[in-house]
Amino acid sequence: MKLSELAGHLGLTEHQSAGRLDVEISGAYASDLLSDVMALSKEKNVWITCQTHENIVAVAKLKNLAAIILVNGRRPDEETLRSAVEERVIIYSTPEPAFLLSGKLYNLLSKGNH
Amino acid sequence: MSPRRIAEEAKRKSLDILGVCDHNSAENAAAVSETAGRAGIRVFPGLEITTREEVHLLALFESIDSALSMQEEVYGHLAGENDETAFGRQVIADAEDEVVGFEAKFLLGAVTLSLGSVVESIHALRGLAIAAHVDRRAFGLIGQLGFVPQGLALDALEISPRLAREEARDKVASDLPLVRGSDAHKLQEIGTATTSFFLEDPAIGEVRKALLGVEGRGFAI
Repeated sequence: MKLSELAGHLGLTEHQSAGRLDVEISGAYASDLLSDVMALSKEKNVWITCQTHENIVAVAKLKNLAAIILVNGRRPDEETLRSAVEERVIIYSTPEPAFLLSGKLYNLLSKGNH
Repeated sequence: MSPRRIAEEAKRKSLDILGVCDHNSAENAAAVSETAGRAGIRVFPGLEITTREEVHLLALFESIDSALSMQEEVYGHLAGENDETAFGRQVIADAEDEVVGFEAKFLLGAVTLSLGSVVESIHALRGLAIAAHVDRRAFGLIGQLGFVPQGLALDALEISPRLAREEARDKVASDLPLVRGSDAHKLQEIGTATTSFFLEDPAIGEVRKALLGVEGRGFAI
Protein backbone atom coordinates (compact mmCIF):
# COMPACT_ATOMS: atom_id res chain seq x y z
CA MET A 1 0.00 0.00 0.00
CA LYS A 2 1.17 3.50 -0.80
CA LEU A 3 1.74 5.93 2.07
CA SER A 4 -0.82 8.44 0.75
CA GLU A 5 -3.54 5.74 0.57
CA LEU A 6 -2.73 4.59 4.09
CA ALA A 7 -2.98 8.16 5.42
CA GLY A 8 -6.35 8.53 3.73
CA HIS A 9 -7.72 5.26 5.15
CA LEU A 10 -6.65 6.17 8.68
CA GLY A 11 -7.80 9.80 8.48
CA LEU A 12 -4.41 11.11 9.57
CA THR A 13 -3.65 14.80 10.04
CA GLU A 14 -0.74 16.06 7.95
CA HIS A 15 1.97 18.13 9.63
CA GLN A 16 4.74 17.78 7.07
CA SER A 17 3.78 16.16 3.80
CA ALA A 18 6.55 17.24 1.45
CA GLY A 19 8.31 14.01 0.52
CA ARG A 20 7.69 10.61 -0.97
CA LEU A 21 3.94 10.13 -0.53
CA ASP A 22 3.85 7.44 -3.21
CA VAL A 23 6.31 5.16 -1.40
CA GLU A 24 5.14 1.56 -1.04
CA ILE A 25 5.25 0.94 2.70
CA SER A 26 6.91 -2.21 4.03
CA GLY A 27 5.07 -2.43 7.36
CA ALA A 28 5.00 -0.52 10.62
CA TYR A 29 6.89 -0.23 13.88
CA ALA A 30 5.51 1.10 17.17
CA SER A 31 7.91 2.28 19.89
CA ASP A 32 8.76 5.36 21.95
CA LEU A 33 12.36 4.42 22.68
CA LEU A 34 14.40 5.91 19.87
CA SER A 35 17.35 3.60 20.52
CA ASP A 36 14.96 0.69 19.99
CA VAL A 37 13.59 2.16 16.76
CA MET A 38 17.13 2.68 15.50
CA ALA A 39 17.87 -0.97 16.21
CA LEU A 40 14.73 -2.69 14.99
CA SER A 41 12.65 -0.64 12.55
CA LYS A 42 12.89 -1.53 8.87
CA GLU A 43 13.27 0.60 5.76
CA LYS A 44 9.95 2.07 4.51
CA ASN A 45 8.16 1.24 7.77
CA VAL A 46 5.74 3.80 9.14
CA TRP A 47 6.69 4.59 12.73
CA ILE A 48 4.05 5.01 15.42
CA THR A 49 5.17 6.99 18.48
CA CYS A 50 4.26 9.62 21.05
CA GLN A 51 7.78 11.13 21.02
CA THR A 52 7.79 14.59 19.46
CA HIS A 53 11.44 15.57 20.03
CA GLU A 54 13.55 16.70 17.06
CA ASN A 55 15.57 13.46 17.20
CA ILE A 56 12.61 11.55 15.68
CA VAL A 57 13.37 13.23 12.34
CA ALA A 58 16.99 12.11 12.42
CA VAL A 59 15.98 8.55 13.28
CA ALA A 60 13.37 8.44 10.48
CA LYS A 61 15.96 9.77 8.04
CA LEU A 62 18.68 7.40 9.23
CA LYS A 63 16.44 4.34 8.93
CA ASN A 64 14.77 5.57 5.73
CA LEU A 65 11.31 5.23 7.29
CA ALA A 66 8.25 6.08 5.19
CA ALA A 67 6.65 8.39 7.76
CA ILE A 68 6.16 9.16 11.43
CA ILE A 69 2.67 8.99 12.96
CA LEU A 70 2.29 10.81 16.28
CA VAL A 71 -0.46 9.40 18.48
CA ASN A 72 -2.73 10.79 21.22
CA GLY A 73 -3.11 14.07 19.34
CA ARG A 74 0.51 15.02 19.92
CA ARG A 75 1.98 17.62 17.63
CA PRO A 76 5.62 17.82 16.52
CA ASP A 77 7.81 20.28 18.47
CA GLU A 78 8.65 23.45 16.57
CA GLU A 79 12.26 22.36 15.90
CA THR A 80 11.00 18.91 14.90
CA LEU A 81 8.76 20.40 12.24
CA ARG A 82 11.48 22.68 10.96
CA SER A 83 13.92 19.82 10.68
CA ALA A 84 11.26 17.57 9.06
CA VAL A 85 10.69 20.18 6.35
CA GLU A 86 14.44 20.35 5.68
CA GLU A 87 14.90 16.60 5.63
CA ARG A 88 11.60 15.88 3.83
CA VAL A 89 10.48 13.51 6.56
CA ILE A 90 6.71 13.07 6.48
CA ILE A 91 4.87 13.53 9.78
CA TYR A 92 1.22 12.76 10.54
CA SER A 93 -0.77 12.71 13.74
CA THR A 94 -3.93 11.09 15.01
CA PRO A 95 -6.01 11.68 18.14
CA GLU A 96 -6.07 7.88 18.64
CA PRO A 97 -3.75 6.01 21.02
CA ALA A 98 -0.99 3.74 19.67
CA PHE A 99 -2.91 0.52 20.33
CA LEU A 100 -5.97 1.55 18.36
CA LEU A 101 -3.98 2.95 15.46
CA SER A 102 -1.74 -0.13 15.34
CA GLY A 103 -4.81 -2.37 15.23
CA LYS A 104 -6.33 -0.46 12.35
CA LEU A 105 -3.04 -0.39 10.50
CA TYR A 106 -2.53 -4.10 11.04
CA ASN A 107 -5.94 -4.82 9.53
CA LEU A 108 -5.27 -2.56 6.56
CA LEU A 109 -1.91 -4.11 5.82
CA SER A 110 -3.03 -7.74 6.22
CA LYS A 111 -5.92 -7.15 3.80
CA GLY A 112 -3.39 -6.06 1.22
CA ASN A 113 -1.57 -9.38 1.59
CA HIS A 114 -4.56 -11.62 0.77
CA MET B 1 17.63 6.91 53.46
CA SER B 2 17.35 9.83 55.83
CA PRO B 3 19.37 13.06 55.97
CA ARG B 4 21.54 11.99 58.92
CA ARG B 5 22.18 8.53 57.56
CA ILE B 6 23.10 9.93 54.15
CA ALA B 7 25.57 12.31 55.82
CA GLU B 8 27.06 9.46 57.92
CA GLU B 9 27.40 7.19 54.90
CA ALA B 10 29.03 9.94 52.84
CA LYS B 11 31.44 10.68 55.69
CA ARG B 12 32.28 6.98 56.06
CA LYS B 13 33.09 6.86 52.36
CA SER B 14 35.20 10.04 52.58
CA LEU B 15 33.10 12.04 50.12
CA ASP B 16 33.55 15.82 50.11
CA ILE B 17 30.64 16.82 47.89
CA LEU B 18 27.19 15.30 47.46
CA GLY B 19 24.56 16.05 44.84
CA VAL B 20 21.11 15.51 46.31
CA CYS B 21 18.50 15.00 43.60
CA ASP B 22 15.16 13.49 44.45
CA HIS B 23 12.85 12.71 41.53
CA ASN B 24 11.24 15.98 40.44
CA SER B 25 11.75 17.49 43.90
CA ALA B 26 14.26 19.42 46.00
CA GLU B 27 12.17 19.20 49.14
CA ASN B 28 14.76 17.20 51.12
CA ALA B 29 17.87 18.95 49.90
CA ALA B 30 17.94 21.60 52.66
CA ALA B 31 17.83 18.97 55.41
CA VAL B 32 20.65 16.92 53.89
CA SER B 33 22.65 20.09 53.27
CA GLU B 34 22.32 21.11 56.91
CA THR B 35 23.21 17.77 58.47
CA ALA B 36 25.98 16.97 55.96
CA GLY B 37 27.34 20.49 56.38
CA ARG B 38 27.96 19.76 60.07
CA ALA B 39 30.15 16.85 58.96
CA GLY B 40 32.09 19.11 56.59
CA ILE B 41 30.40 17.80 53.45
CA ARG B 42 29.18 20.25 50.82
CA VAL B 43 25.78 19.48 49.33
CA PHE B 44 24.72 20.73 45.92
CA PRO B 45 20.92 20.83 46.15
CA GLY B 46 19.15 19.66 43.04
CA LEU B 47 16.49 17.59 41.34
CA GLU B 48 16.39 14.65 38.97
CA ILE B 49 13.80 15.95 36.53
CA THR B 50 11.80 13.65 34.26
CA THR B 51 11.28 15.67 31.07
CA ARG B 52 8.44 15.35 28.58
CA GLU B 53 10.58 12.90 26.57
CA GLU B 54 10.90 10.80 29.77
CA VAL B 55 14.58 11.59 29.96
CA HIS B 56 16.08 11.91 33.44
CA LEU B 57 17.98 15.16 33.79
CA LEU B 58 20.03 16.18 36.83
CA ALA B 59 19.79 19.82 37.87
CA LEU B 60 22.40 20.91 40.43
CA PHE B 61 22.47 24.33 42.06
CA GLU B 62 24.63 26.48 44.30
CA SER B 63 21.82 27.37 46.69
CA ILE B 64 18.68 25.88 48.15
CA ASP B 65 16.74 28.91 46.87
CA SER B 66 17.70 28.20 43.27
CA ALA B 67 16.81 24.53 43.67
CA LEU B 68 13.43 25.50 45.11
CA SER B 69 12.81 27.92 42.22
CA MET B 70 13.43 25.03 39.85
CA GLN B 71 11.12 22.86 41.93
CA GLU B 72 8.39 25.48 41.61
CA GLU B 73 8.63 25.34 37.83
CA VAL B 74 8.68 21.54 37.86
CA TYR B 75 5.66 21.30 40.20
CA GLY B 76 3.80 23.74 37.95
CA HIS B 77 4.21 21.29 35.06
CA LEU B 78 3.74 18.01 36.90
CA ALA B 79 0.28 16.45 37.03
CA GLY B 80 -1.23 13.93 39.42
CA GLU B 81 -1.20 13.01 43.08
CA ASN B 82 0.84 10.23 44.68
CA ASP B 83 -0.93 6.96 45.48
CA GLU B 84 0.77 5.95 48.74
CA THR B 85 -0.50 2.37 48.64
CA ALA B 86 0.98 1.81 45.18
CA PHE B 87 4.15 3.90 45.31
CA GLY B 88 4.84 4.42 49.00
CA ARG B 89 5.09 7.60 51.01
CA GLN B 90 7.11 10.54 49.76
CA VAL B 91 8.60 11.64 53.05
CA ILE B 92 9.89 15.13 53.77
CA ALA B 93 12.43 15.12 56.63
CA ASP B 94 14.37 17.72 58.57
CA ALA B 95 18.08 17.68 59.45
CA GLU B 96 17.37 15.68 62.63
CA ASP B 97 15.62 12.92 60.65
CA GLU B 98 12.22 14.00 61.94
CA VAL B 99 9.41 13.55 59.45
CA VAL B 100 7.94 16.96 58.77
CA GLY B 101 5.53 16.11 55.97
CA PHE B 102 4.58 14.08 52.95
CA GLU B 103 4.76 15.26 49.37
CA ALA B 104 1.37 14.89 47.67
CA LYS B 105 2.57 15.45 44.08
CA PHE B 106 3.20 12.32 42.01
CA LEU B 107 6.96 12.67 41.78
CA LEU B 108 7.49 9.66 39.50
CA GLY B 109 5.59 11.38 36.69
CA ALA B 110 7.00 13.37 33.78
CA VAL B 111 6.76 17.14 33.49
CA THR B 112 5.15 18.62 30.38
CA LEU B 113 8.32 20.63 29.64
CA SER B 114 10.73 19.59 26.91
CA LEU B 115 14.32 18.60 27.58
CA GLY B 116 15.57 21.74 25.81
CA SER B 117 13.40 24.09 27.84
CA VAL B 118 14.33 22.44 31.17
CA VAL B 119 18.03 22.83 30.33
CA GLU B 120 17.37 26.52 29.63
CA SER B 121 15.57 26.97 32.95
CA ILE B 122 18.41 25.29 34.86
CA HIS B 123 20.94 27.60 33.22
CA ALA B 124 18.79 30.66 33.91
CA LEU B 125 19.17 29.72 37.60
CA ARG B 126 22.95 29.27 37.06
CA GLY B 127 22.70 25.54 37.68
CA LEU B 128 24.33 22.59 35.97
CA ALA B 129 22.29 20.42 33.60
CA ILE B 130 23.59 16.86 33.42
CA ALA B 131 21.87 14.00 31.61
CA ALA B 132 21.51 11.23 34.21
CA HIS B 133 22.73 7.63 33.82
CA VAL B 134 23.03 7.81 30.04
CA ASP B 135 24.21 4.18 29.93
CA ARG B 136 20.82 3.01 31.23
CA ARG B 137 18.14 2.30 28.68
CA ALA B 138 15.34 3.21 31.07
CA PHE B 139 15.02 7.00 31.26
CA GLY B 140 18.58 7.58 30.02
CA LEU B 141 18.99 10.26 27.36
CA ILE B 142 20.51 7.94 24.76
CA GLY B 143 18.03 5.11 25.37
CA GLN B 144 15.06 7.47 25.08
CA LEU B 145 16.25 9.69 22.23
CA GLY B 146 18.70 7.41 20.43
CA PHE B 147 21.64 9.81 20.66
CA VAL B 148 22.59 13.11 22.29
CA PRO B 149 20.57 15.79 20.47
CA GLN B 150 22.66 18.34 18.59
CA GLY B 151 22.66 21.81 20.06
CA LEU B 152 21.43 20.72 23.48
CA ALA B 153 23.46 22.81 25.95
CA LEU B 154 24.18 20.08 28.50
CA ASP B 155 27.08 20.61 30.92
CA ALA B 156 27.90 16.91 31.14
CA LEU B 157 26.63 13.36 30.75
CA GLU B 158 26.52 11.12 33.80
CA ILE B 159 27.30 7.44 33.66
CA SER B 160 26.12 5.06 36.36
CA PRO B 161 28.14 2.45 38.31
CA ARG B 162 26.95 -0.17 35.77
CA LEU B 163 29.45 1.14 33.24
CA ALA B 164 33.14 0.78 34.10
CA ARG B 165 35.08 4.01 33.75
CA GLU B 166 37.48 2.41 31.24
CA GLU B 167 34.57 1.57 28.94
CA ALA B 168 32.85 4.93 29.23
CA ARG B 169 34.44 6.76 26.30
CA ASP B 170 33.93 3.86 23.90
CA LYS B 171 30.32 3.23 24.89
CA VAL B 172 29.09 6.82 24.96
CA ALA B 173 29.29 8.61 21.63
CA SER B 174 29.54 12.27 22.59
CA ASP B 175 32.10 15.03 23.02
CA LEU B 176 30.44 16.23 26.22
CA PRO B 177 32.27 15.80 29.54
CA LEU B 178 31.51 12.44 31.17
CA VAL B 179 31.05 12.28 34.93
CA ARG B 180 30.29 9.24 37.06
CA GLY B 181 27.66 9.18 39.77
CA SER B 182 26.16 6.52 41.99
CA ASP B 183 22.48 7.17 41.16
CA ALA B 184 22.05 5.98 44.77
CA HIS B 185 18.51 5.03 45.70
CA LYS B 186 19.68 3.14 48.79
CA LEU B 187 22.12 4.05 51.55
CA GLN B 188 24.73 1.43 50.65
CA GLU B 189 24.78 2.67 47.03
CA ILE B 190 26.15 6.07 48.03
CA GLY B 191 29.66 6.53 46.65
CA THR B 192 29.57 3.42 44.43
CA ALA B 193 30.60 5.70 41.56
CA THR B 194 32.25 9.08 42.04
CA THR B 195 33.91 11.90 40.13
CA SER B 196 36.99 13.70 41.45
CA PHE B 197 37.16 17.46 40.93
CA PHE B 198 40.10 19.82 41.25
CA LEU B 199 38.53 23.05 42.51
CA GLU B 200 39.34 26.22 44.38
CA ASP B 201 36.15 25.88 46.45
CA PRO B 202 33.26 23.43 46.46
CA ALA B 203 31.03 25.69 44.35
CA ILE B 204 28.88 25.10 41.26
CA GLY B 205 30.78 27.78 39.31
CA GLU B 206 34.00 25.93 40.08
CA VAL B 207 32.54 22.62 38.94
CA ARG B 208 31.47 24.30 35.71
CA LYS B 209 35.06 25.46 35.15
CA ALA B 210 36.34 21.97 35.96
CA LEU B 211 33.98 20.41 33.42
CA LEU B 212 35.21 22.87 30.80
CA GLY B 213 38.81 22.28 31.90
CA VAL B 214 39.57 25.99 32.22
CA GLU B 215 41.61 28.12 34.66
CA GLY B 216 43.54 25.15 35.96
CA ARG B 217 40.43 23.32 37.17
CA GLY B 218 39.77 19.78 36.13
CA PHE B 219 38.07 16.49 36.91
CA ALA B 220 38.60 12.75 36.55
CA ILE B 221 36.34 9.71 36.67
